[in-house]
Amino acid sequence: MVNGAPQSELLRWIPLLPLAGALIHGVLLALVRRESPRSFVIAVSCGAPILAFAVTVAALVQLIGLPHDQRLLVDEVYTWVGAGRIAAEMAFLFDPLSAVMCLIVTGVGSLIHVYSIGYMDDDHRDDGGFQRFFCYLNLFTCSMLLLVLGDNLLVMFLGWEGVGLCSYLLIGFWYGDRWNAYCGMKAFVVNRIGDFGFLVGIFLLLWSLADTGPTLDFRALETAIGGIAQRTVDVPAWLPGGPHWHLTTLIGLCLFLGACGKSAQLPLYVWLPDAMAGPTPVSALIHAATMVTAGVYMVCRMSFLYAAAPGASAAIAWVGGLTALFAATIAIAQTDIKKVLAYSTVSQLGYMFLAAGCGAYSAAIFHVGTHAFFKALLFLGSGAVILAMHHEQDTDKMGGLARRLPRTHAVFLVGVLATSGFPPLSGFFSKDEILLSAYAAHGIPGHRTLWAIGVGTAALTAFYMFRLHFRTFAGECRAPDEVKQHIHEPAATVLGPLYVLAALAAFAGLAGLPQVYGDWLGIPDSNSLANFLQPVVGGSESEVGASTELRLAGLAILGAGAGALAAAWLYVWSPALPGRIAAGAGALYRLVREKYYVDEFYDAVFVRPLVAISDRLLFRGVDAALIDGVAVNGSARAVQGLAAHGLKYLHSGLTQGYLVTMVAGALAIVAWLLR
Amino acid sequence: MTAPQVLFYGFGALAVVSALSMILNVRNTVAAAMSLVVTMISLGVIYLLLDAFLVAALQIMVYAGAIVVVFLFVVMLLNLRRDAFPPERQLATKAFGVALALGVLGAFLRRMPGVLPTARDLPADFGGYRAVGRALFLEYPLAFEVTSLLLLAAIVGAVVLAKRRLD
Amino acid sequence: MIPLEHVIGLSAILFAIGTIGAVTRRNLIVMLMSIELMLNAANLAFVGFSRAWAGDAGQIFVLMVIVVAAAEVAVGLGIVIALFRNRESVNVEDVSLLKW
Repeated sequence: MVNGAPQSELLRWIPLLPLAGALIHGVLLALVRRESPRSFVIAVSCGAPILAFAVTVAALVQLIGLPHDQRLLVDEVYTWVGAGRIAAEMAFLFDPLSAVMCLIVTGVGSLIHVYSIGYMDDDHRDDGGFQRFFCYLNLFTCSMLLLVLGDNLLVMFLGWEGVGLCSYLLIGFWYGDRWNAYCGMKAFVVNRIGDFGFLVGIFLLLWSLADTGPTLDFRALETAIGGIAQRTVDVPAWLPGGPHWHLTTLIGLCLFLGACGKSAQLPLYVWLPDAMAGPTPVSALIHAATMVTAGVYMVCRMSFLYAAAPGASAAIAWVGGLTALFAATIAIAQTDIKKVLAYSTVSQLGYMFLAAGCGAYSAAIFHVGTHAFFKALLFLGSGAVILAMHHEQDTDKMGGLARRLPRTHAVFLVGVLATSGFPPLSGFFSKDEILLSAYAAHGIPGHRTLWAIGVGTAALTAFYMFRLHFRTFAGECRAPDEVKQHIHEPAATVLGPLYVLAALAAFAGLAGLPQVYGDWLGIPDSNSLANFLQPVVGGSESEVGASTELRLAGLAILGAGAGALAAAWLYVWSPALPGRIAAGAGALYRLVREKYYVDEFYDAVFVRPLVAISDRLLFRGVDAALIDGVAVNGSARAVQGLAAHGLKYLHSGLTQGYLVTMVAGALAIVAWLLR
Repeated sequence: MTAPQVLFYGFGALAVVSALSMILNVRNTVAAAMSLVVTMISLGVIYLLLDAFLVAALQIMVYAGAIVVVFLFVVMLLNLRRDAFPPERQLATKAFGVALALGVLGAFLRRMPGVLPTARDLPADFGGYRAVGRALFLEYPLAFEVTSLLLLAAIVGAVVLAKRRLD
Repeated sequence: MIPLEHVIGLSAILFAIGTIGAVTRRNLIVMLMSIELMLNAANLAFVGFSRAWAGDAGQIFVLMVIVVAAAEVAVGLGIVIALFRNRESVNVEDVSLLKW
């Protein structure tokens, strides 16, 4: 425990309020077995995150009141684990980084909770679907808040696992359809692989600090990391970096494996597109705004580790960049509205890791925030479209909705512009900061290539986003007639959050305005977000001159504009052209549309052999035949045989035989006693 | 050798001989019972030689005078004469039992000299009814009461077992 | 003064004889009598030790043993009579139904 930080009893209420909501619903559903009235459910479940947001703001006010480099609030609730020298407190840490994350989680979370009232109202079944949904949502919010508020790696891991569980529960929410349940399982299992890496990272940390005092407390780790920064471990020589790695690199990579699972990077991204089987608010909250950003948060929280592990940072940057490109290429050929957004999320998460790998942690967090706004906006907007189209998700059957859903069209356009990175919306500023950090990251080998990948991906992003927009809203409506007649704008509870998110997506860029533009407008220290986060993650040295920065920004805008124009050409002005291109490209087009057959590859290489081993070898061979047959039944048969064919003959029925046995036994006991 | 010692060896030998006679007497059960009486009485005399006067008296009265009489009653009641039994079974087991008993006896007798403590001086009233009675009722009343319960159980059991069914 | 070893030796011999009788003889009544002999041998040992240690606990125990022997004989002979009524025999090998 590192002392000297001011205590604040407020912090524990931030995760506790949603937990209370979840528990109330859970207990009621389990005991009463009948759904509570909807107004009650709404009051409890939406009230909780809104209240948590209010508490977060109050804690933020307290935080800002502290001097700039001492902004730290701690709430130590109780000692959770005390085992020998390892002690982990159930304690919460509120510094600028966790403040930003908390605001995003509670703020965007509250908006999505309100949206869900209208969206899930459709679910008029009496099986507690409505209440169950909000119970899980509250539980998720609590877990996510534990993750970001945790004072040590164990509490963070508790939240980490909790969000994984809630993701499973919510993806497979409509579990009557087995496909949904399968998608939930896939998400959970792939996450588990990442969690294994996370755990190994934790173990390595404890092991490496065993001499000086093992701890998982973030503040204590920050001071202790210097002591192990020079240690090396032996690795197989064929791995890049030679036969010796820094211990910090190994730990960083193990923890990053967890982030790959949770934040859907290569090679563990495969669960996110299938997670779209869940209700759209779930996709918005969990798979766009909050859970998938947990990996980014973890890397930023452990920035002191990654600063001392250049190999791991380089790996993170490259994985992020490649994932961004890879996912963008898949997105350009998808027809399901939510799948496009899912791959877009994977791609944008790649950008965040690119920034984190290049050391620009505040840029990564900035993009987390702006992405939360515009991606949630896009998902919720697509939810409104899906509702209007009677649960139709295929854009092949959409089109021409601009006239029929004008308000939805407007907010969706804001989201598309923000994602593509057009100024002055928020996406432009955050993406630009990331590209700048890649351009200037001299510590990363091949960083200029990474920058080029980033720019190319930005162009692709603009292309597929506008493609999605035009296919959904422009042109003629390709829906069947009975659907066309019932298209109408969604309810106020659905549109309200959309308006709020649109405003945030548009104007949030001002929070992280780079100094270049601040100088134009005469605002000193305009990058408030970077300044705010600076005591936690450090500043990123921008060695790039102002003119270079503006030139790079101009290049990015050009790329985005080119992508948008290409989309307009293909989908508005020459609608027949995409079909001809697809026919001409043939195999290449099929490869991209089928997501490079990655799922099939994993299935053939990992899943089937594993299932075969489990079933034939381990279950039938070891468990049924060996353990059940030989050990359990076999030992029973042996004893039975021994008794039935041997021991029973001792019962001769003749008294004098028994008497001799008794005498012999008594003599034996006496002899042993007198030995 | 003093008189008590002579008497002890004499009556000891008598006890052994009549015990042997009891178990070796296959034809006449009543004779076996009589041999048992002789053994009891010899033991009673030996108790006297060992200054256990009350116990000696009780041995004669209860053991020789009541228990063996009950045996005789039963023998008469069942009207047993000869042991006309079918051939013996489990010979090997019995031979082993006999060998075991004899072997242990031999080992015991060989190892015994020198391991037992020497006798102490006796108080004046040792073994008399007054001393034993006082010890019984003052120091071991619980045992006394429990044996009365035991006797009650035995009485009830014997009556239940032996009574004729009135079917 | 009777040496204690001889008393205990006599007790052992009588006990062995009683054991042999119980194991060898098939007549139930003779078996019971052999058991009585064994109890007597034990009594003799008790009295001998009581004499050697000048304590009367041994003789008290002898009284207990005599009581137990009496009770046992009563019940045992009751069993013999009941058996005889059923099987017309006091051969211990005739009562061997409780076997495998």
